[in-house]
Amino acid sequence: MTRIDAKFAELKAAGKKAFVAYVMAGDPDYDRSLAVVKGLPGAGVDVIELGLPFTDPMADGPTIQAAGQRALDAGMTLKKTLQIATEFRKEDDTTPIVLMGYYNPIYSMGVPAFLDAAKAAGIDGLIVVDLPPEEDAELCLPAQAAGLNFIRLATPTTDDKRLPKVLQNTSGFVYYVSITGITGAAEAQAGDVAPEVARIKGQTDLPVIVGFGIKTPDTAQAIAAVADGAVVGSAIVSQIAAGKPVAEVLDYVKALSDGAHRA
Amino acid sequence: MANDLINSFMSGPDENGRFGIFGGRFVSETLMPLILELEAQYERAKTDPEFWAEMDDLWKYYVGRPSPLYYAERLTEELGGAKIYLKREELNHTGAHKINNVLGQILLARRMGKTRIIAETGAGQHGVATATVCAKFGLKCIVYMGATDVERQAPNVFRMRLLGAEVVPVTSGRGTLKDAMNDAMRDWVTNVHDTFYCIGTVAGPHPYPAMVRDFQAIIGKETRWQLEEQEGEGRLPDTIVAAVGGGSNAMGLFYPFLDDPSVNIIGVEAGGHGVDDRMEHCASLTGGRPGVLHGNRTYLLQDEDGQILEGHSISAGLDYPGIGPEHSWLHDTGRASYVSVTDKEALEAFQLLCRTEGIIPALESSHAVAHVQKIAGGLPKDHIIVINLSGRGDKDIYTVAKFLGFDMSDTEGRTAD
Repeated sequence: MTRIDAKFAELKAAGKKAFVAYVMAGDPDYDRSLAVVKGLPGAGVDVIELGLPFTDPMADGPTIQAAGQRALDAGMTLKKTLQIATEFRKEDDTTPIVLMGYYNPIYSMGVPAFLDAAKAAGIDGLIVVDLPPEEDAELCLPAQAAGLNFIRLATPTTDDKRLPKVLQNTSGFVYYVSITGITGAAEAQAGDVAPEVARIKGQTDLPVIVGFGIKTPDTAQAIAAVADGAVVGSAIVSQIAAGKPVAEVLDYVKALSDGAHRA
Repeated sequence: MANDLINSFMSGPDENGRFGIFGGRFVSETLMPLILELEAQYERAKTDPEFWAEMDDLWKYYVGRPSPLYYAERLTEELGGAKIYLKREELNHTGAHKINNVLGQILLARRMGKTRIIAETGAGQHGVATATVCAKFGLKCIVYMGATDVERQAPNVFRMRLLGAEVVPVTSGRGTLKDAMNDAMRDWVTNVHDTFYCIGTVAGPHPYPAMVRDFQAIIGKETRWQLEEQEGEGRLPDTIVAAVGGGSNAMGLFYPFLDDPSVNIIGVEAGGHGVDDRMEHCASLTGGRPGVLHGNRTYLLQDEDGQILEGHSISAGLDYPGIGPEHSWLHDTGRASYVSVTDKEALEAFQLLCRTEGIIPALESSHAVAHVQKIAGGLPKDHIIVINLSGRGDKDIYTVAKFLGFDMSDTEGRTAD
């Protein structure tokens, strides 16, 4: 059982929905990023998605692209991203951390070396956007064997025929992408999302968390109400981009998590 | 991998879209169903005589195929060695080989009922070809082009707009081909229902590398019979040479000759300011290592953290940090060899071809000519080299003028100092 499994069991027992927050590691620099990450659990965040910066984030909108570029310009790397997790784990041994990014930096380090380092840093799960089930042998299967969750994205284009393939080697939770598009784009609609979540839950016992296009406490509440939780990324990253101090960023996160937890 | 373990170099990719370890389908889940559907449609079209009859008709009457295989007599004399032929792809409608592939993809898009076509472009040749074919078939066309390239390839931007396409300048990254491809993929993932992504080179997720190669293979197939026509039955070229950015013109020429072991195959990468630690080049095979970008595993210019580097080439069409996966495989197996030439050498070759043959080549194609300029003199007179002259150089005259210190705004034609 990973920290992710434990957290969802705990939320279920308490009858609560999950609030998942995404931040880009090293944005705007290592120290401020570490301070934000350390403050997330206190701001009501149940699961942390830690973005791994990449030069060519093809599934992301301008907000996350810019965050990755700021982090890279400030000298961020995969190793330093894992270092943030290591520092965080010194103070918090229960809040799950999911590393989210693209495959090339991981492939460049080498999959076995990466898995060792990620485990040692206290990473619990991986979301690698450009690794569909067709490429499971690359990282998904070795990661599961190493005891890390591999969390898959399901999308509006994942039809019933394909869904079992997407769910097959997924663990931890399923991340439902509420829109066809990039991060931070159109507003997610609870009415559209509800039947899709039900469709996925018909085929898996894993929690289904919804992300992409959730920008306000009200939307977080509405989406969380029809799923097992909601993810907010670009909206939080925008606060960091605007140069807000760490305390203000965390207040903003708190308002979002309160929204999700009202569901 | 030793060559003698491989029965054929023409059987790839496998069912997972792999050429050895290269290729694959490294895309987000949203796009997976789309590329599987495209693969199924392409597999059907590939064996459908009606599809190829339509292609042949368009190639003949719209593009002007076959393109000539031309004996470059004065270039041969000037270099004093091997006998040099030029495959004149620059004479195709729109001035480059790109339209061979665009026609195939647009016919597929029509079969699939897609009404909105998106494309990425570097030098603008693929963008112009896509805008052209979309105009012909009345399809909406959006072309993503790096802001840097919009500036250095202004004539092609205007051409695309004349043809009714929307040109979207991409400002992310350094504003070149790589960034244009990122934004095209972002558009595709957003507009999955009506949009067809027409990729211009032998890269991207499976089936694109194989499909684009198959459409471009007309170049090598024609070269084969055209050379026999001029040099006698059964005569194969001894060496075939093409410039490689993503590598579509090169795959088109190479593919039909892969199983002819006597044919020496050379791809020429953009060496920019020189292939060294400064990374001011676009020679992915000579200066990069395997990685995953834009849907496929291939050789990439990257730093030690796996972040993609920008590279440099005077030629916008070669200014890309990756290369088609089949080239990576041909490189690793040793079936083809890959070399690089610098900006300066390409510019010299550009002028050489203008003066000896009355042909203004694209800067991309000039890289292939530049390598032949290096090797031809040392080869015997009965050694036949075929260069793929993939595009014409009209679009490059501003870049070349700037480099040569020629002031284009001076109507007297004086040299600027």
